[in-house]
Amino acid sequence: MTTTDMPQATSDDAAGRAEPMIRLDKLTKRYRGQSRAAVDQVTMEMPRGEIVVLVGPSGCGKTTTMELINRLIEPTSGRIYLDGEDVTTSDPDALRRRIGYVIQQIGLFPHFTVAENIGVVPKLLGWTKQRIGNRVDELLDLVGLDPSDYRGRYPKELSGGQRQRIGVARALAADPPVMLMDEPFGAIDPITRERLQNEFLRLQQQVKKTIVFVTHDVDEAIKLGDRIAILSEQSHIAQYDTPENILSNPASAYVEDFIGSGASLKRLNLSRVRDIELATDCPTARLDDELPEVRRRLVESDWSALLLLDERGRPQRWVNARDLDRTSVDLRTAGLPAVATVEPHATLSDALNEMLTSSAGAAIVVDRSGSYQGLIDFDTVMVTAKSIKRDSTEYYRAAKLSGAETAG
Amino acid sequence: MTTSTPTETTEPQTGPEPAEDTADVGATAVRRTRRKLVLRWMGMPALLALAFGALYLWVSGQELDSIEKRTLNASALTQRVIEHLQLAAVSTLIVIVIAIPLGILATRRSARYVAPVLLALGNLGQAIPSFGLITIVVLLAGVGFKSVVFGLVAYSALPILRNTMVGLQQVDQTLVKSARGMGMSPMKTLLRVELPLAVPVVLAGVRTALILNVGTATLATFFGVKALGYVIFQGIQLDRTPVLIVGAVMASGLALLVDYLAGVVEELLTPRGL
Ligand SMILES: Nc1ncnc2c1ncn2[C@@H]1O[C@H](COP(=O)(O)OP(=O)(O)OP(=O)(O)O)[C@@H](O)[C@H]1O
Ligand SMILES: [Mg+2]
Repeated sequence: MTTTDMPQATSDDAAGRAEPMIRLDKLTKRYRGQSRAAVDQVTMEMPRGEIVVLVGPSGCGKTTTMELINRLIEPTSGRIYLDGEDVTTSDPDALRRRIGYVIQQIGLFPHFTVAENIGVVPKLLGWTKQRIGNRVDELLDLVGLDPSDYRGRYPKELSGGQRQRIGVARALAADPPVMLMDEPFGAIDPITRERLQNEFLRLQQQVKKTIVFVTHDVDEAIKLGDRIAILSEQSHIAQYDTPENILSNPASAYVEDFIGSGASLKRLNLSRVRDIELATDCPTARLDDELPEVRRRLVESDWSALLLLDERGRPQRWVNARDLDRTSVDLRTAGLPAVATVEPHATLSDALNEMLTSSAGAAIVVDRSGSYQGLIDFDTVMVTAKSIKRDSTEYYRAAKLSGAETAG
Repeated sequence: MTTSTPTETTEPQTGPEPAEDTADVGATAVRRTRRKLVLRWMGMPALLALAFGALYLWVSGQELDSIEKRTLNASALTQRVIEHLQLAAVSTLIVIVIAIPLGILATRRSARYVAPVLLALGNLGQAIPSFGLITIVVLLAGVGFKSVVFGLVAYSALPILRNTMVGLQQVDQTLVKSARGMGMSPMKTLLRVELPLAVPVVLAGVRTALILNVGTATLATFFGVKALGYVIFQGIQLDRTPVLIVGAVMASGLALLVDYLAGVVEELLTPRGL
């Protein structure tokens, strides 16, 4: 099994050579009338195309650091480089049109429709109406909202989660290379948040932006970040590294404290369903297949249950031999409903969660359109969880094996 | 509920709205709320029509002497109403043109220090009894339309000034930040975000100023402008009850009518989505 940090390691190397997208050089902000700087001499680089998560306790200066980047807050000292260019003193309005920003409270304009909200920056950039309209529809599709239904709505006619998505769509509107996102999934229920996070990762795979993402939720940071900067007071960087390294080698007691207990469980947030091998030998059949054919497939496999899919390949029901042996079998209602589905970009933690909550022994992996891809079972998750810690466990196993050999 | 059913069935016959790209759902919702508004808007005109109708019938039934006839005839009364409305409209317009920009100025970060000064002036204008205020103006500038307008402007500046300031101050600052964060200039942010969001509060101030002006314009008769106050004053001076009553009812009715119209405009101008 390949380790999940392989691709990360190569991108590290690439970033080391290339010019970072954002570079902060001794950036400092001292608010008027305060003796202590809110952000003190921050120096960091954010590599192109990566998600950098700033995480830290409330008031440590995350928002301030972020707003220094697009100069909503003017730095007291230090320099900001965007794509190699010193933007510390350039025209702030022009700069901000190149940087998508989702503020902490989303900030949709209540008197603008969804379409008008998304179209703000394109309009500022002087796009034609036609082009803006097309872009709005494209973005609504991208964030999973039906354009014909949503473009004419006002923010108050949206749910919290939908507003967050519009906020993200709005920041993406003019296709800026850089996005700043300040707790975009903050005030939202855990289930919706998880869905939005997954969508966000899927989106990032398509758009490949350089994203600075603020959160105070460590799990979110581990799940989303290519790199994580753990900040302490005054935005001091306690550790800036990949999630793997932060979890396995916390740089200080502060970091260790911040990650909290259960680091090994948190590791499940690091691997995704798509990274591990799915079981694809499970027998399947269509709801409209002939019964004898369905029976034959189940018998010929070495599985005790068969997964029924609808005409578009979406999992519907689990059936076993007994379900199929009844005198009159309606495949649409036979057996048990197929629950616990996850998409490939879901983390193993999500998958495990699905399995536990639905008390199914396995999660069904489906693609974006919901069609069946394969299965992932409890054992696979456990094996993978262990393999992340292979470094340490392999020694243990080797020691055990050699011990057995000498004994035998 | 029963009234809404028949109107709903006639809906398709009104034809589609002008080709707007808003979703159908939204358009229907708007049409429905607009219809509710129309129903609500019927009340006051009906009441006023009733009052004026009754007044007309009552006056027609009276034997008017020559003095009464000189005041209570259609052309004279129309003239009074026109002059009354001119006074109120001109002074309110002037206040709008002066007080709204000042209110905007007072809320700009760079000019915050003018706010207390402006508010003090506005308070002064309103605290002095309007009758006294106009008297002072007239003593300085002589009787006539302009002097009265000047007095009315000073008297009614505060509501618009204050509401513009409050309206802008209550705009959620995160929205301003959001706008600036997307690269809107301060001017664009003011025009496209702050002012539209302040509209309801500013309009409430305009409405208050308008009502103050319509009411106070009644006093203009003492300073040489024959608005509706003149009718009332004649009624008192010549001891003619019908004249007095017509003047009083018309002055009150006009104030109510203007207030009602201002309310309608207020609702129409409030941005959707708020
Ligand atoms: N406009 C301001 N004027 C003065 N001090 C400020 C201002 N904005 C923030 N601060 C201070 O700067 C520090 C950092 O604030 P900041 O908003 O960056 O924190 P944060 O990490 O984003 O916190 P949270 O997680 O609560 O959003 C805080 O101590 C705060 O009190
Ligand atoms: Mg913050």
